[in-house]
Amino acid sequence: MKVILDQDKCVASGQCVVAAADVFDQRDEDGIAVLLTSDPTPDQADDTRHAAAVCPALAIQIQE
Amino acid sequence: MSGRRDLAGRGGVTAPAGVLVVGASAAGLATVEALRRGGYPGAVTVLGAEPHLPYDRPPLSKQVLSGAWQPDRALLRPRDVLAALDAEFVLGDPAVGMDAPARSVRTASGRTLRADTIVVATGTSPRTLPGQAGLAGVHVLRTLDDALALRAGLLRCARLVVVGDGVLGAEVAATARTMGLDVTLAGPQRAPMASQLGRPVAHRLAELHTERGVRLRMGTGVRGLTGARGTVTGVSLDTGEVLPADLVVVAIGGDPVTGWLHDSGLPVDNGLVCDSRCRAADGIYAVGDVARWHHDQLGTLLRLENRTNATEQAVAVAADILGGDRPYTPVPYFWTDQFGTRIQVYGVLPADAEVTVVDGDPETGRFVARYRRDGEVTGVLGWNMPKQARMRRQEVADALAASDSASAAH
Repeated sequence: MKVILDQDKCVASGQCVVAAADVFDQRDEDGIAVLLTSDPTPDQADDTRHAAAVCPALAIQIQE
Repeated sequence: MSGRRDLAGRGGVTAPAGVLVVGASAAGLATVEALRRGGYPGAVTVLGAEPHLPYDRPPLSKQVLSGAWQPDRALLRPRDVLAALDAEFVLGDPAVGMDAPARSVRTASGRTLRADTIVVATGTSPRTLPGQAGLAGVHVLRTLDDALALRAGLLRCARLVVVGDGVLGAEVAATARTMGLDVTLAGPQRAPMASQLGRPVAHRLAELHTERGVRLRMGTGVRGLTGARGTVTGVSLDTGEVLPADLVVVAIGGDPVTGWLHDSGLPVDNGLVCDSRCRAADGIYAVGDVARWHHDQLGTLLRLENRTNATEQAVAVAADILGGDRPYTPVPYFWTDQFGTRIQVYGVLPADAEVTVVDGDPETGRFVARYRRDGEVTGVLGWNMPKQARMRRQEVADALAASDSASAAH
């Protein structure tokens, strides 16, 4: 699985971090999401898919 | 942006679909995506009232209205991603009735769609003022077409009055002012979004609008619209003042789109009333703005008109359709962007809550506030501190879980 994050689309809602805290974080200054890894482990895969699903800005793409 | 419209024959009865989703916006689409992600193999049909492919609504009052985005950028998914869902999109054909026991839906064009499971995702429609329909220059904002019509008006006009002091009214005022219009915001509360933010933070929001040149007329009802030769000329207030306008936006909330369910026998009361699984009847669910479900932890029926609920609730309903059986108990969340300030709210912020700044400093334009009632945390608000606010979301979740176990113990 590969994760692609579009920071220009991100609205800093942090829903991705709530869903998958091992894969996503937010910048301290403006809350824009950052990837901790673009290559989640198999046991992080479900949470990562959930993060992409609940992102209100559609900023997360998953390539299986 | 029209979709595959002719797959279900007009006037005919199509073969039963496994799942029929009535509503092709964020909640409806997210339901379909979650079903497919969960391995649902059956047929899926999405019925949409508008002719457009599913698009996102939050950008309408901001990027689409300002022109920063072309309308296509608001599409929720590109065509190839939609096609990969293997769902039939029947667009531009509103639902007009449901036979709940038979699980069939009638449409405006005369179709009858049957399914094993129906998911109602018809959203809300904007309330209007008396006399609004006959006057040019008066707008509402719910759909993409509304946004484009309002944008055309903003480009042509100079003096805007926004009627309504909720999230949408405040966002439209901010966008229009940023575009250079003369803007007045009128509403009954003491400050914009007072019922969503509590008075101290709403007061700060009022200051932000005033600093940026929005004229506020707060604490007054609106008596009506004035016009000449079929075009709006102003808004008259309960105080007697008439605010001159060549363009008016009416943003006084929306009503759940449930009229089409009036003879269905389903429980309708400020939304489609559902149990804790977002189920209105056997095999019939509701998601998004239209759904009024029982939030077990809050111990009350709740209807949330916000973007993240549309998706989260859809994920929960899809899981239930796939055989899960868990109550839907989200931490409510919404955000708004106005004049470059980003406000985020977790939980609920009651008017009588005790508000404490727990991070940052309001004087520097960045802070996090915690809201408590009777000593219990009810919500957290971030003002230009998204990450720091989100890090306190758990306090709200813990308080919700605690109130749930407390009520279970009784």
